[in-house]
Amino acid sequence: MLAALWVIVTATFFLMHAIPGDPFLGEKVTEAIRQNMLRKYGLDKPLWEQYVIYLGNLLRGDFGTSLKMLHRSVNDMIRDGFPVSALLGLEALAYAVTLGLLLGTVAGFRHNTWLDYLAMFVALIGISVPGFIMGGLMQYVIGLKLRWLPIARWEGFRYTIMPAAALGLGTLAVMARMMRTSVLEVTSQDYIKTAKAKGLSQREIVFRHVLRNAILPIVTILGPLTAGIVTGSFVIELIFGIPGLGKYYVQSIFNRDYTLILGTTIFYAVLLVFLNFLVDVAYGIIDPRIRLMRGRE
Amino acid sequence: MRLASAQEITQDMFEPLQLRAGEGEAITRPPISYWREVARRFRRNRLAVAGLVILVTLLAFAFIGPLLTPWDPREQSLFDTNKPPSAEHWFGTDNLGRDLFARLCYGIKISLFVGVMAALIDLVVGVIYGGISGYFGGVIDDVMMRIVDILYGIPYIIVAILLLVVIGPGLWSVILAMTITGWVGMARLVRGQVLQLKEQEFVLAARVLGASHLGIILRHLIPNAMGVIIVQMTFTIPAAIFGEAFLSFIGLGVPLPLASLGTMANDGYQYLRIYPYQLIIPAIAIIMTMLGFNFVGDGLRDALDPKLRR
Repeated sequence: MLAALWVIVTATFFLMHAIPGDPFLGEKVTEAIRQNMLRKYGLDKPLWEQYVIYLGNLLRGDFGTSLKMLHRSVNDMIRDGFPVSALLGLEALAYAVTLGLLLGTVAGFRHNTWLDYLAMFVALIGISVPGFIMGGLMQYVIGLKLRWLPIARWEGFRYTIMPAAALGLGTLAVMARMMRTSVLEVTSQDYIKTAKAKGLSQREIVFRHVLRNAILPIVTILGPLTAGIVTGSFVIELIFGIPGLGKYYVQSIFNRDYTLILGTTIFYAVLLVFLNFLVDVAYGIIDPRIRLMRGRE
Repeated sequence: MRLASAQEITQDMFEPLQLRAGEGEAITRPPISYWREVARRFRRNRLAVAGLVILVTLLAFAFIGPLLTPWDPREQSLFDTNKPPSAEHWFGTDNLGRDLFARLCYGIKISLFVGVMAALIDLVVGVIYGGISGYFGGVIDDVMMRIVDILYGIPYIIVAILLLVVIGPGLWSVILAMTITGWVGMARLVRGQVLQLKEQEFVLAARVLGASHLGIILRHLIPNAMGVIIVQMTFTIPAAIFGEAFLSFIGLGVPLPLASLGTMANDGYQYLRIYPYQLIIPAIAIIMTMLGFNFVGDGLRDALDPKLRR
């Protein structure tokens, strides 16, 4: 995990500094002022020294300051934007997990019935429609034509429903499809037959035997799926006018504000690598067999 | 009941079967090659065939469509801005008066190009890397796979965004951005296949006959893993198209005057309130592309799986 982080930080840093010219070349200032500005931001030092300083700052939790806006730093952006993004992401994840697992389970138990086909149709739409298109269409139909929900901004729970749904749809679809296959596989296992044969009720079989085993493969893909929600939030926050980190990130790309891009990219990378790590840990907790294997090593 | 009826069965009810020599061994159905069998199973899958039809339609749009319309996708006309669909402009025009049908055909072509090129590059790099790693094993495998593990942990869209910020937007930079970490999945897959296959007798036979390492990898191992590789590709193409559309939407996709489905969706989104068809038309095209490739991919996966053979 640390190796991946180091590769990301180093590669990002040197890529950003490989851009020809310097950030102040385009501004109409005299040479002396330009040199002063370079000195202020430490850009006059040799590259390796800047790299060491940057790494040191990162370890102290300082992601760098904006070169375009005075007194604006990546840490400000994270402080302002991340709670909003996290809330949106969690809401999207909550929709995706509950509905996705429900659809997948129903489809698995009612295999080849109209319920199965309906659930798989919903899943197919979720996989085929990109989040930003879904968001736009929802804004038009639900927000503008039907006027059920507000179109944009971030002022209360009603404002969160549509963006979270658009953001979570893709994840929901993948979950539903995987859960269905997983349920189908588990129900054909011998231990389910045994459970039936010893006279357990349908309820007990479903909850104690099928679902607990079927959910294992889902946990492994939670990492990539969460990454999908995080990156998906860039566009969703932009089109719904939500003041989250993703929107700031895209804006700093539009403004070509290199230090903001650098800092935010590193923050996102750290976040995603950390989430993957959490998923690995969670998997060990849920599946006792894995813990046992690690214990033996 | 069972016992009662069993008693009624008498000896004379049985008739000895005349067995002719060799008849039991005869193959009654004509032999069928692996790929023909796959094609047959694929054709039986209605969704897969539907996916193929969608893909062919998209290709028709991309290559025959431009011949049917007199309009040029880049030609602007300030007198014809934001016209709704009509006999003259089949899908209407956008805010610069460009014909949307012509632009859609052009956008589909660019999007498909990005997807196919990205998948091909993934294929070449992934197969070579995974093939070498799996075939030689040992320390080489450990080092190569450790590198892959590190790259696998890095979210590709972040890398793509960063790369495009640094090298600037362009058709090939978008393709490069999609493939720079994308080949990792293919490499893992090929390595897994090669690890399984290399222990089999035909590899030993090839080695005894003096085949070179490269020859064994390219002529014996990769063709045997082709099924899995093709399935992976049918999922890489829509992923790349999706990624390109995403990047276009945040202003990092293919630059003007090129247009992809993503740029069209982005343009259309700006005028969604007044001219919804400008978003809906490219949206349908993107959705159709995704559906087509997903159907075909699912169908191929099922058709190539020997466990499902009927």
